[in-house]
Amino acid sequence: MRGRTLVIGVPFAWLMLFFLAPFLIVLNYSVSEMGSVRPENIYAVVDGAIKLTLKYSNYLSIAGDGLYFKAYLSSLKYAAITTVLCLTIGYPFAYFMARARATLQPALLMLVMLPFWTSFLLRVYAWKGLLEEGGWVARLLQALHLDGLLLQTGMIAAAGKYMNTPFSLVIGMTYTYLPFMILPLYAALAKMDLRLLEAAADLGATPWEAFWKITVPLSKAGIIAGSMLVFIPCVGEFVTPELLGGPQTLMIGRVLWDEFFSNNDWPMASSVAVVLILLIVVPLAVFNKYQAEAQERSR
Amino acid sequence: MSTRRALFSPSFAIGFGRGWLTAGFVFLYLPILTLVIYSFNKSPLPTVWGGFTLDWYVKLASDQEMLGGLWLSLQIAFMSATTSVVLGCLAAFSLVKYSRFTGRTLFNGMVNAPLVMPEVIVGLSLLLLLVALQSVFGARGMMTIWLGHVLLGMSYATVVVQARLQDMNPQLEEAAMDLGARPHQVFLLVTLPLISQALASAWLLTFSLSLDDVVVSAFLSGPGSTTMPLVIFSRARLGLNPSVNAVATVIIAIVAVFVTVASVLIARAERRRAEEVNAALRANP
Amino acid sequence: MTVQQNPAFLQIQDVVKDFDGVKAVDHVSIDIAKGEIFALLGSSGCGKTTLLRMLAGFEVPTSGRIVLDGKDLADMPPYGRPINMMFQSYALFPHLTVWDNIAFGLRRDGMPKDQIAARVEAMLKLVQLGAYAKRKPHQLSGGQQQRVALARSLAKSPQLLLLDEPLGALDKKLREETQIELVNIVEAVGVTCVMVTHDQEEAMTMASRIAVMSEGRVLQVGAPHDIYETPATRFVADFIGNVNLMDGRVLVDESDHVVIECADCSHYVGHGITGTAGMPVAVAVRPEKIHLAREMPDGEYNRVKGVVKNLAYFGSFTVYHLQLPSGAMLKVSQNNVQRHRDDALTWNDEAWAHWSRSSQVVLTQ
Repeated sequence: MRGRTLVIGVPFAWLMLFFLAPFLIVLNYSVSEMGSVRPENIYAVVDGAIKLTLKYSNYLSIAGDGLYFKAYLSSLKYAAITTVLCLTIGYPFAYFMARARATLQPALLMLVMLPFWTSFLLRVYAWKGLLEEGGWVARLLQALHLDGLLLQTGMIAAAGKYMNTPFSLVIGMTYTYLPFMILPLYAALAKMDLRLLEAAADLGATPWEAFWKITVPLSKAGIIAGSMLVFIPCVGEFVTPELLGGPQTLMIGRVLWDEFFSNNDWPMASSVAVVLILLIVVPLAVFNKYQAEAQERSR
Repeated sequence: MSTRRALFSPSFAIGFGRGWLTAGFVFLYLPILTLVIYSFNKSPLPTVWGGFTLDWYVKLASDQEMLGGLWLSLQIAFMSATTSVVLGCLAAFSLVKYSRFTGRTLFNGMVNAPLVMPEVIVGLSLLLLLVALQSVFGARGMMTIWLGHVLLGMSYATVVVQARLQDMNPQLEEAAMDLGARPHQVFLLVTLPLISQALASAWLLTFSLSLDDVVVSAFLSGPGSTTMPLVIFSRARLGLNPSVNAVATVIIAIVAVFVTVASVLIARAERRRAEEVNAALRANP
Repeated sequence: MTVQQNPAFLQIQDVVKDFDGVKAVDHVSIDIAKGEIFALLGSSGCGKTTLLRMLAGFEVPTSGRIVLDGKDLADMPPYGRPINMMFQSYALFPHLTVWDNIAFGLRRDGMPKDQIAARVEAMLKLVQLGAYAKRKPHQLSGGQQQRVALARSLAKSPQLLLLDEPLGALDKKLREETQIELVNIVEAVGVTCVMVTHDQEEAMTMASRIAVMSEGRVLQVGAPHDIYETPATRFVADFIGNVNLMDGRVLVDESDHVVIECADCSHYVGHGITGTAGMPVAVAVRPEKIHLAREMPDGEYNRVKGVVKNLAYFGSFTVYHLQLPSGAMLKVSQNNVQRHRDDALTWNDEAWAHWSRSSQVVLTQ
């Protein structure tokens, strides 16, 4: 039995110390205020008893200040748009990969994974060059006369200027997270028994009907997994908004960063973090449940 | 068979599929391609082609800041990959072998959460912990970055090893015990060789994640411990910079060669194995 | 098959295995003699595999004892028992050669290298795989893999050999050949063997004694012939082979014969039973013990008239389903002794079924 305690105990203790404890500390900070040099303590020993001073000023600021509220909202918005885009581009991609010749599939998989292995930072940076005025994609977009559509949807502010806009942010995030959507979808679609489609055809369904009534529902697990793998990190994204986003694209990741690094207001940053965690707690629970179920199924 | 006309004929579907895949791959690889191409651009602006040059690579060779960052990143990546794999292995074993233990749901949640949690949260919370325990962990630097990377890497390693363990025939370990191997011998002689490929890919995965990390490193680094991604990030923030292109091309080249060679070797080994299995089945029913 | 007269080499004493309130093994007691090939037979879920795993040491009995050669096996982990198992999936180590697979257990014992070599060579010779020593499991066919698994499990000269569904993974042709080979090897080595199977044929052809199990309990233990011809309960009679079960009441109860009245016929059974007149019983008659004739047979017992409602042709024999006056169906199996018969029975023919007074088994359970 001693071996078992060690095997479970070591990673468990590590996670408790470096994952759980920090969250409690963040919580602690979030209800304190910034003193002149360092955050004030919420504990104080007064007359032999521990006195707790919880300061909610940070949370009140978040609730009251429209800026924070807007930042949370726009983070959710852009994360949702990115997820939908990843799904729209990624699903057909994964589908045709899974239906390709069996000998071809490992090579296709490798080609999808290859960009993932190269630095994501560099690839986001590459989009700066592509979307700058005169960059390849910028020129392509102008040639395709998409400016009107982009201006209307509020994706860009001025014609021809694609950098530091919601458009560049969304493209950047979609690009970065696309493999995270494709892989679970591919796994689910490749596992599907193709004979089910034959049965459907035999019973009178057209390929289109069979796709929507059989293939899509069966790949539901992949859709959920992929969506969670994209949506949740996107909400708190920092690097892409920083490099590709602009003044219009308020993302909560940047707000948190600025509170911490620029304002040096650790309690404020912590409060922002706590609210962010609360925002993603529901999708996080969904993701966790999916993971647990996937493991049960493969037992 | 259906008497209604199908909306899409098979040939259309194939053509559409090929088109979509091609467009998708173009989308995935275009940025990488432009990085490489413009690393040879004489002009520092990516919008103007000034002629072919290797200047930026020459400059890279003497770029102390970048090279220093690279060396630091490699060290951290090596340490965090190794630690992540060890911890991930233990966690994977716990989840697969022991179906019931106190706190299993919590454990499972903690192991999976870093996979999706926004890095700003991970970075901030870990930093606050390390500051509170400064007497134990010392000032921010290489060690603190290592801790942050291990936290992220452990989740990925667990997922990879867990998948392999679940696929493994449990009777193999039972057979080993039946033949007289004690639990630690079972692990060393049977389990470990069988999961070795998963361990290797987990190591490589966590290595590249560590090498590439920006946010957690930013929160946890201190003076004198600037990793390569942080160097690149600070330069990229200021604008376009061909030195970044040069570094990018070098990294891309290394990764591309490595992944392609590995894939080819693995594919060849798989094919050989399949042939051997078929030969055995044909020769002796 | 020779069985040594030392009783109770392996004693399973009132063993119970409880999984969360469900008794997978429910008070099982069996004595197995040294050198026997003993089969645990039953359908999935009957507890036979759990019992086997308790012998191997992978499960711990909730209560009860297992004693091997006088030694209680409690607290002995699998790697400490003088017992070896051949797994259903063979469980050959894929990263080791055939040679290393067989040597694995010997190396764990710290045997000197030259002794290991000699022993492995002997095992390879026993299963006739000498030429394949350097191959890896995936380079072998299914039958060859099984032989390696067998050699590996015999390498340490265990006191008890456990076989988990040994023929399950093989196709029919291979199964017949392997059955004989397997028994020959086990008997040549002389090791006591306990096997688990759901296949009656496998149990009956390979084992010297069988325990029929259902829902964690042992229903009957005996030699194949005894189990088949003298089943102890309705379940056993029905489980092994095919059987006709007719419910009836004892009319005459004498010490050397009984008469039982059933819905369609009356049985004259040529032996006494423990019971009383008026007792409800079931009469079991195997299909092959029944003869079919167009003319009415003599005597007033052990005959019934029916209509052929179904016939299934199996090549060497045919099974007729006769509908009896009460509506019940009687299964009769006849060997096709002649290639052609002009008066062969066919659908909707009327026929008389009759059987001898020694062909029935009277069941009270």
